[in-house]
Amino acid sequence: MSVPRTYLDHAATTPMRAEVLEVVTARMRVLGNASSLHASGRAARRVVEESREALAAALGARPSEVVFTSGGTEADNLAVKGLYRARQAADPRRRRVLASAVEHHAVLDPVKWLADAEEAQVEWLPVDPYGRVDVAALRASLAADPGSVALVTVMWANNEVGTVQPLSDVVSAAHEHGVPVHSDAVQAVGQLPVDFAASGLDAMTVSGHKVGGPLGVGALVVRREVELVPLLHGGGQERDVRSGTLDTPAIAGLSAAVVASQEEQPESGQRLAALRDDLVAAVLGAVPDAVLNGDPSGDLRRRLPGNAHFSFPGCEGDSLLLLLDARGIECSTGSACSAGVAQPSHVLVAMGAGPELARASLRFSLGHTSTVADVEALARAIGPVVERARLAGVVNTRKVSA
Amino acid sequence: MRVLAAMSGGVDSAVAAARAVDAGHDVVGVHLALASNPASLRNGARGCCTLEDARDARRAADLLGIPFYVWDLAERFRADVVEDFVAEYAAGRTPNPCLRCNERVKFAAVLDRAVALGFDAVCTGHYARVVDAGDGRRELHRAADPAKDQSYVLGVLTAEQLQRALFPLGDTLKGDVREEAGRRGLAVAGKPDSHDVCFIADGDTAGFLRRSLGAAPGAIVDADGTVLGRHEGAYAYTVGQRRGLGLGRPASDGRPRYVLDVSPVERRVTVGPADALDVRAVLGVRPRWCGPPLGGEFHGSAQLRAHGEPVPARARRTAADTLVVDLLRPVRGVAPGQAVVLYDGTRVVGSATVDRVVRASSDVAEAGRH
Ligand SMILES: Cc1ncc(COP(=O)(O)O)c(C=O)c1O
Repeated sequence: MSVPRTYLDHAATTPMRAEVLEVVTARMRVLGNASSLHASGRAARRVVEESREALAAALGARPSEVVFTSGGTEADNLAVKGLYRARQAADPRRRRVLASAVEHHAVLDPVKWLADAEEAQVEWLPVDPYGRVDVAALRASLAADPGSVALVTVMWANNEVGTVQPLSDVVSAAHEHGVPVHSDAVQAVGQLPVDFAASGLDAMTVSGHKVGGPLGVGALVVRREVELVPLLHGGGQERDVRSGTLDTPAIAGLSAAVVASQEEQPESGQRLAALRDDLVAAVLGAVPDAVLNGDPSGDLRRRLPGNAHFSFPGCEGDSLLLLLDARGIECSTGSACSAGVAQPSHVLVAMGAGPELARASLRFSLGHTSTVADVEALARAIGPVVERARLAGVVNTRKVSA
Repeated sequence: MRVLAAMSGGVDSAVAAARAVDAGHDVVGVHLALASNPASLRNGARGCCTLEDARDARRAADLLGIPFYVWDLAERFRADVVEDFVAEYAAGRTPNPCLRCNERVKFAAVLDRAVALGFDAVCTGHYARVVDAGDGRRELHRAADPAKDQSYVLGVLTAEQLQRALFPLGDTLKGDVREEAGRRGLAVAGKPDSHDVCFIADGDTAGFLRRSLGAAPGAIVDADGTVLGRHEGAYAYTVGQRRGLGLGRPASDGRPRYVLDVSPVERRVTVGPADALDVRAVLGVRPRWCGPPLGGEFHGSAQLRAHGEPVPARARRTAADTLVVDLLRPVRGVAPGQAVVLYDGTRVVGSATVDRVVRASSDVAEAGRH
């Protein structure tokens, strides 16, 4: 197709960094199982451990706290199920899981699964209209019966509307009762300052492909003293928490990407926030009745710098997507699909949006390769596209008479 | 042209989309999610709209290099097709849901939305031909493959809908379509055709209706009103049906008995001999004209079932929205609710919904129930 592409979907996945590509491809040419004792094995092991050290240093963690996984989803599953099972085994009364209502499905679904299959009692923590979790509700839930809480899980920043959660309040509330806290930091790394030790978290999820690393690799950063029941049993790699031959090239790439994105963050956070503010202004200029979802302040402490999320009243999100795609602009509705059918986003619903506005929403997300030209392309397209999508929206709500 | 290709996940719509691409159109593929709960049909062997079908359609679109989306029309389909289907049976009529779906979903909801989004036409894998009549008008004709011809279920399309319909398979034999799919590397080349009613995954229409309508027991009677047996719900019977009547005693004359009439309101199923099934005329309502509406008397042929034989027929309108179709050769087992589609040679003239039938053995029209 000859249409030039404008990529505004960095929250889905972002281009691999050139230096990461180098690291990964170079390592793919080299033989070695990091568990082997011979020279090839030792060489692979050295790459894995240096990657671990570099990644840990970039995220304010100790190397021994890093467990490599097949991505963010696995790390989230390991944290939620692993923590629940370990805490439950230590004290059978611990059946309650307190989770924010706006978690990514990689957290949401394991939590629901624990409720269905392992008798967990789930309490979904409410959020305010900007998607910020209600810390008072968390405190009340904890205080009601602290001894029955297995874990608290609240994401660092939301993947749909970009809202940054009040993590230090969450952590201090939970720790008052000795309850461990997990946070999905997949969207936060590279966009916000992330320091595991300073956060006080017990476990934190990281994913490679959201920071310019390879797909299919991630890590759970987890404090040494936190017990986890493994999901994968086998060769005993990763201190017996996560078996499986280590993917040396991917781990090297993940580490290089996390290091680079964390190094750039102070500068790129400012750059992206400014670009994002221009994008928001352009969209609201072209479509005055568009609704900006999430925290309107644009402050880095409150909203991901690369995130802009709107509802366009009278439009279907998938009509907008189709029309923008045809004009070379790639973005997403930000919500999960079932059989490709867009469901009203649970995040927007938790924020109090009606199903109409929830279905009328679109996420634009910026990343390390975003430029002014990307924003300009969107600014040119969005007005006419919304106008057309509105026509289609009207058509579709009209019922055919017999 | 900008073309929206409806892709069911089957071989026909995939090849149709491929041909639209070859013809130089700017094609976007759309899979219509029609099932209210696609996940529940995950293992359904039949029907369409399972998750597998959506994936097959996506694979085909990817191979063709066209954008692909899933449109959720489950609500629309439920209201306009499934509920209509159930209501028609509840009223003692025999609907054709494919026809209803073409009329109200594919070439209405989908077409309208496509046009609003800037598309010029909707392309499907139906076997039918759209022929340019020369003066800008377009005509709907039977497909070249008589075994696959689907012009009957498209007989509800109006002239405006036809203007925006693309049926690239109309002049091809089914076997050739499969072969072409294979040549193009489409993974669906060997996928079996879907049959039956797509929203009844297990193929058990009677069971589906029982679940939807509940039990409504009543009597099975003969033409004189003599009670011959019992049934659990009149809607489970179709005019012309012979099997499954469960009548222990044979008829006094020893001839097999058929369902002649279904009256769910009175909970009555009437049975009788085969020759009582013969219908010599039908009264149609809700006519739809594929071209100019019928003027004077029409001489041509009529078809009363998707795979039924066309019979010579004469038709005339009795009011703006009613017509009488005389069947010059009696047709067996016509039920109210079916569509009568009129053909002039291979050209579809229009269609109407059968409201009443005139039996060969009687002089008066029998009323359909409303
Ligand atoms: C917040 C969040 N958590 C988890 C994931 C899943 O990560 P991965 O794609 O590496 O499995 C994503 C990516 O979609 C995400 O945005």
